[in-house]
Amino acid sequence: MSEELHDVVLHVNGAAHAVSVPGRRLLSDALRQDCGLTGTHVGCEHGVCGACTVLVDGAPVRSCLMLAVSGVDAEITTIEGLTEDDGTEEGRLGPVQQAFMDCHGLQCGFCTPGFLTTVTAGLRDNPDPTREEAREMIAGNLCRCTGYQNIVASVLRAAELARDS
Amino acid sequence: MKPAPFAYRRPASLTDAVDLLARSPGAKVLAGGQSLVPLLAMRLAAPEMLVDINALPDLDHVRCSADGVRVGALARHAAVLASVEARAVQPLLALALANVAHATIRNRGTSVGSLVHADAAAELPAVLRLLGGSVDVVGPGGRRTIPVDDLYVGPLESSVRPDEIAVEAFFPALAAGAGVAFAEIARRHGDYAMCGVAALVRLGGDAPDERVVEARLGYLSVCDVPTVVDVTGVAVEDAGDVALRSLDPADDIHGTAHYRSQLVRVLTERVLRAAHDGARARRTPGGDR
Repeated sequence: MSEELHDVVLHVNGAAHAVSVPGRRLLSDALRQDCGLTGTHVGCEHGVCGACTVLVDGAPVRSCLMLAVSGVDAEITTIEGLTEDDGTEEGRLGPVQQAFMDCHGLQCGFCTPGFLTTVTAGLRDNPDPTREEAREMIAGNLCRCTGYQNIVASVLRAAELARDS
Repeated sequence: MKPAPFAYRRPASLTDAVDLLARSPGAKVLAGGQSLVPLLAMRLAAPEMLVDINALPDLDHVRCSADGVRVGALARHAAVLASVEARAVQPLLALALANVAHATIRNRGTSVGSLVHADAAAELPAVLRLLGGSVDVVGPGGRRTIPVDDLYVGPLESSVRPDEIAVEAFFPALAAGAGVAFAEIARRHGDYAMCGVAALVRLGGDAPDERVVEARLGYLSVCDVPTVVDVTGVAVEDAGDVALRSLDPADDIHGTAHYRSQLVRVLTERVLRAAHDGARARRTPGGDR
């Protein structure tokens, strides 16, 4: 018996992606495999590590804990959508991306897409976080390389960059 | 780590959703999915069909009145936590919700979903039980209200029938002269608690002769089902030991039963004192509400 497929349109980073997926296809897998947006990383696949975090209608959500078919009415933003348009093909790094680069907020980079989306939304809600608030902002994301110190510094630096721009 | 195949339906009306559940005995309701999807991914649950209720109208509400807070089945934890009115009517809701997982999970997970998932390690079931709230469900026979004392029948087991959909939860308002508090200890903020305690303390009589007329505690992670213990009339230092007679702390990789028992004693005293302080402050004219 072949599996029933559902034709849905996912709105990702301002573009519409018509995909045909089984009900069990996780949003994280649909983004990577069906939309070709491999910036979203898949870590633990049960909602613990935070690597797959994307923005759903602006709010950070674990894409591995959402079914792709459930994302039909939502505006989804992945790490690919955090880059700013400067007229070039690659675009310019957004303030959060730039801050992570400046402050060594990443080493292997596997967890980074989840941090960047989480922090982007976090700074929108709280543009001037304290160090403690910055730690709380990223409390749901795991990183096994950095020891977090540079990630906290990156959050504070991103807040500065966003304020200055 | 991928779910087994299932049929997926996304009905646009509550009637259609109830119909689907009635016709498909192996079906399960999907709301926020923050507990269900991991169970699917780990293949601990394998329903034949998921009935996604996210497209149903009129369920995404947090309505407050003098009686209490009514939370619709599609209201996310984050929305309930952000509601200033809900916090004013029943402060324990926000105190507990701030401890429900991480903000990212709260953005998608629903409060009603957490209640009917019936996890004794979750915050909201213990809170609903302590407050004496209820859950409304709709099934083939219409709508019925399940008082919380009839809701939790076993570990991860509620009295909501497989063909019913939980549509709304009711958290009673904080009574005049009452105070509440919540505390939990987890390995990492946002993780499952090793022990959590909610307290409700109500004062009677007039100052300076006011006295505690009600003192009750709701426990999580130290019992198989959400458990409430009445400690009215018990000295605050002894309340934890009294409560432990009704609790069953277990060993696991996060902590020993002995350690969890110690957390029960420490947190019980802490939240009782905080709830008592809160009750007194609310009775003082112009005091902190």
